[in-house]
Amino acid sequence: MIRFILLQNRQGKTRLAKYYVPLEDSEKHKVEYEVHRLVVNRDSKFTNFVEFRTHKVIYRRYAGLFFSLCVDITDNELAYLECIHLFVEILDHFFSNVCELDLVFNFHKVYLILDEFILAGELQETSKRAIIERMGELEKLELKSQAILSAKLTRRTVESRSQFRLPSPSLSPLVAA
Amino acid sequence: MEQLKTIGRELAMGSQGGFGQSKEFLDLVKSIGEARSKAEEDRIVLREIESLKRRIVEPGIPKRKMKEYIIRLVYVEMLGHDASFGYIHAVKMTHDDNLVLKRTGYLAVTLFLNEDHDLIILIVNTIQKDLKSDNYLIVCAALNAVCKLINEETIPAVLPQVVELLGHSKEAVRKKAIMALHRFYHKSPSSVSHLLSNFRKKLCDSDPGVMGATLCPLFDLITNDANSYKDLVVSFVSILKQVAEHRLPKAYDYHQLPAPFIQIRLLKILALLGSGDKQASEHMYTVVGDIFRKCDSSSNIGNAVLYECICCVSSIHLNPKLLEAAADVIARFLKSDSHNLKYMGIDALGRLIKLSPEIAEQHQLAVIDCLEDPDDTLKRKTFELLYKMTKSSNVEVIVDRMIDYMISINDNHYKTEIASRCVELAEQFAPSNHWFIQTMNKVFEHAGDLVNIKVAHNLMRLIAEGFGEDDDTADSQLRSSAVESYLHIIGEPKLPSVFLQVICWVLGEYGTADGKFSASYITGKLCDVAESYSSDETVKGYAVTALMKIYAFEIAAGRKLDILPECQSLIEELSASHSTDLQQRAYELQAVIGLDVRAIGSIMPSDASCEDIEVDKSLSFLNGYVEKSLEKGAQPYIPENERFGMVNISNFRNQDQLEVTSHGLRFEAYELPKPSVQSRTPPISVASSTELVPVPEPSYYRETPQTAPVPSSSDTGPSGLKLRLDGVQKKWGRPTYSSSSASTSNSSSLKVVNGATQVDGVSSGNSKTHETSYDSRRPQVEISEEKQKLAASLFGGSSKTERRSSTGHKVAKASSHASEKLHTSKSTTIYSTDNAVEKPNLVQPPPDLLDLGEPIVASSAPSVDPFRQLEGLLDSAQDPGTFGGTKAPDFMALYAETPAGGRSAGVAPPLSLNRDGDNLIPGLSNASSNTVHGGTTVTNPSQISKGPNVKEALEKDALVRQMGVTPSGQNPNLFKDLFG
Repeated sequence: MIRFILLQNRQGKTRLAKYYVPLEDSEKHKVEYEVHRLVVNRDSKFTNFVEFRTHKVIYRRYAGLFFSLCVDITDNELAYLECIHLFVEILDHFFSNVCELDLVFNFHKVYLILDEFILAGELQETSKRAIIERMGELEKLELKSQAILSAKLTRRTVESRSQFRLPSPSLSPLVAA
Repeated sequence: MEQLKTIGRELAMGSQGGFGQSKEFLDLVKSIGEARSKAEEDRIVLREIESLKRRIVEPGIPKRKMKEYIIRLVYVEMLGHDASFGYIHAVKMTHDDNLVLKRTGYLAVTLFLNEDHDLIILIVNTIQKDLKSDNYLIVCAALNAVCKLINEETIPAVLPQVVELLGHSKEAVRKKAIMALHRFYHKSPSSVSHLLSNFRKKLCDSDPGVMGATLCPLFDLITNDANSYKDLVVSFVSILKQVAEHRLPKAYDYHQLPAPFIQIRLLKILALLGSGDKQASEHMYTVVGDIFRKCDSSSNIGNAVLYECICCVSSIHLNPKLLEAAADVIARFLKSDSHNLKYMGIDALGRLIKLSPEIAEQHQLAVIDCLEDPDDTLKRKTFELLYKMTKSSNVEVIVDRMIDYMISINDNHYKTEIASRCVELAEQFAPSNHWFIQTMNKVFEHAGDLVNIKVAHNLMRLIAEGFGEDDDTADSQLRSSAVESYLHIIGEPKLPSVFLQVICWVLGEYGTADGKFSASYITGKLCDVAESYSSDETVKGYAVTALMKIYAFEIAAGRKLDILPECQSLIEELSASHSTDLQQRAYELQAVIGLDVRAIGSIMPSDASCEDIEVDKSLSFLNGYVEKSLEKGAQPYIPENERFGMVNISNFRNQDQLEVTSHGLRFEAYELPKPSVQSRTPPISVASSTELVPVPEPSYYRETPQTAPVPSSSDTGPSGLKLRLDGVQKKWGRPTYSSSSASTSNSSSLKVVNGATQVDGVSSGNSKTHETSYDSRRPQVEISEEKQKLAASLFGGSSKTERRSSTGHKVAKASSHASEKLHTSKSTTIYSTDNAVEKPNLVQPPPDLLDLGEPIVASSAPSVDPFRQLEGLLDSAQDPGTFGGTKAPDFMALYAETPAGGRSAGVAPPLSLNRDGDNLIPGLSNASSNTVHGGTTVTNPSQISKGPNVKEALEKDALVRQMGVTPSGQNPNLFKDLFG
């Protein structure tokens, strides 16, 4: 079972953290700090597995980002290593050529993707296409609802200003003041 | 120009390709990205928190804005700050009708809240409603939340709906429902015990994703109870076969391998089902063999599957052909340049080595390479392998290696582990006594205080008992080599406390045994230890007791006692010590030195640490004395419960019960002293006790052998002298009971002391001294009831002890494997005596304290530690019992019930299970054709561009620059594609 997933950059900044076991906040900070220290200075030739307390951390580095998975001691390391890669492939397709910045600004979407990929600490879907399709549906929906929301918004502001303007579906209202 | 930039920025934010958030938020993310230090980052985040706190409560926030606030809260929380002020808003957002907002709300609460958070109660209702929604996306979002937020108590609230969703038309919902049930099973197996058959059914779901997800709960179920699922072996094998033959939709391929993650999970399950089951294993041979042949070993994932195959082969009933295939794969792994593969190879080798030890031989060099690799993970894995292949022929090398490595690392957790492994191997395979002692010395020296105290006790016991052979010369050789090496080591600075305890004990017990070293030499060394580790009371205690033993042996051997001046000063210093324990020991030592040869011979028989102690529970040695006194007209003894006819108290004092309760902490207050006692106190005691104090009495000793041949010896201790008259007078009144019992308690403790636990035991003697002297000052004995309890618990403790320790000895002789077990029992012994012995201390507080009443005494007196240890020990000793006794049956019942019920229910007769297996094939292939069709039509969103797309990357870069987010010097890789 996966205990937690961490995305950290080389400085140890957390880009994404998802825990599948309940931990206290202070404990989470400690874990993030320790995991970063464990993985950041390892030689690239070394194994991608490190013992971490009573579990093990499987990590993989992509550019400046470390993806770390904490799994049970009996789990298949190589499989989880590839699981990280599959996740990155999914991200890559979703963001088309993903870079760290995509993840920084869209961390909430990364969370949604993760929820389609891993649930309750287990891989729930291993088909890249299935996940991308699901995310596509959600994206479309989001666009639509944002349009509706912003339309409502425009209407209200319009009304409050008691001016007459058609609710515009154009993109400009999306930009916040 | 400026204008153009603004337009570009607005475009960027508006379009979905941009980031869809306000400039403000983007700026926040940017400034945090550029923060130079943690402090700066914290400042920014704190400012953000302040502004969010203010804004989030403003009335009439547009929903879209609110959504962004929530996302900003998530961001703040992710950076490690507290955003709890906004949790309620996230909860509110889950109530929203709009799907996007709802999803955001759910996302936020799953990230914010743990399952036992107070706000969960507000979400459960919404979840219930959403699980019934028509929109499957809402259902999915709710199920995500269920997986994270529902705890044991709230499971029943959502369980029926989740079960219903197993039949939902969308495969995504079915999959998540399965995972949710799996989660429930984790939380509380009993809550879903009646639903386990659902997992079996879902194994044949038409969607491979659902089938794959079902393997997770099935794996757990089978781990707990493989036998109820043996009927599924055929189904699993047939699924695996289809997967391996590429009959699942292409979408499940990963690096050209058909659904490798599903294959791995199936192999894990088969390994469990085939373990120790020849018949089940036979079904698997073909398919596992096929996978061995087909699997592509050039990719990581291929190797992951191969590794899982090896695990499977090592677990199921042995098949030579598969074993060969596995060995080939291992050879390939070990020869690879990749550290990852070497690691897997070493691990796999560790699994196969049990089956065929010769496999390791051809890989010797590869293993040695891994052992010398700078990569710690690989090294540790290799040590694990070595640990598994240790034999008496290679133990020396392996343990030496382990110790070298242990010295080189700083990680305490692993150091402890490897130290205990060294000890275990050394005990099991030691080729010679000398080597064993040397090895243990090294372990103690370097892992020192990380070593479990048990190991130290074990070592003492081993030295005392020898290796179980009846060869006395070997044993004494072992001892003298230990003494010699300890005398050598003792001068080194900064030895760990545990090690010093062992050293002191061994020197005390055997230092002068072979006559090689003079008593003064050894006592000198012991004094040095006590002086240089003056802050460590335990060590000092061991040292003083060791001194006492050596002096006692000297006297017993009829040699002239030559007390070094430094010893003298040490003893004097300690007799004024703040630690009552050390004080006791010092007084004891002084008293022992003053005794004659005969007395000493029976208090401190040399080399008697392994002898069992007989405790005369009924104090029969006093019978003659009692009769004599009765003749003289003394009152006969009346048991306390007869004296006060109080039912509850007498119940409580029941001897048997006390035996039980004496081992745990007491939570009830001791009873208040009875006023009647004081009035009944015989006036004689005053007189007698004044007599008591100064008597330096050999006469007593001469007297006792007739009345009390065996255990009396103990009474000759320093306390014994003073006890004599005390006993006479008080034997008949209430107080006597207490003191006589205390004296026997003394006997038992002292003797045990001679065994493994010198330290703990000796304390009683001195407490006695105090007690009696106290008595002499204050004749009224208010606490006698308490003493009675003590006595009872003492007896309970010591009698129990005996039984245990004697069985322990047997075990030890039988096999060194059981040493661990023995150890627990032995140490229980130690602590139970300890426990008992501690108690006399209760009686010790200064007189004014007594006036406050017993409860205080009781709570303050016991020095908590031994009690706690005792508890711990008992727990650990009982552990296996509870596992076998309660847990297992629980599970068994669980499974025994459900499948049987499921089958006999009529709906799904036993046949259906087989049918399910058959159905699978058409079902799956159907699904595959369907999805293939679907795949061609619905590829739009997922049309995949392979490899880095320069144009897009450039666009993105430009876009980001337009927004004013420039890559900071600190993180130059920010813009690099992750794959780049």
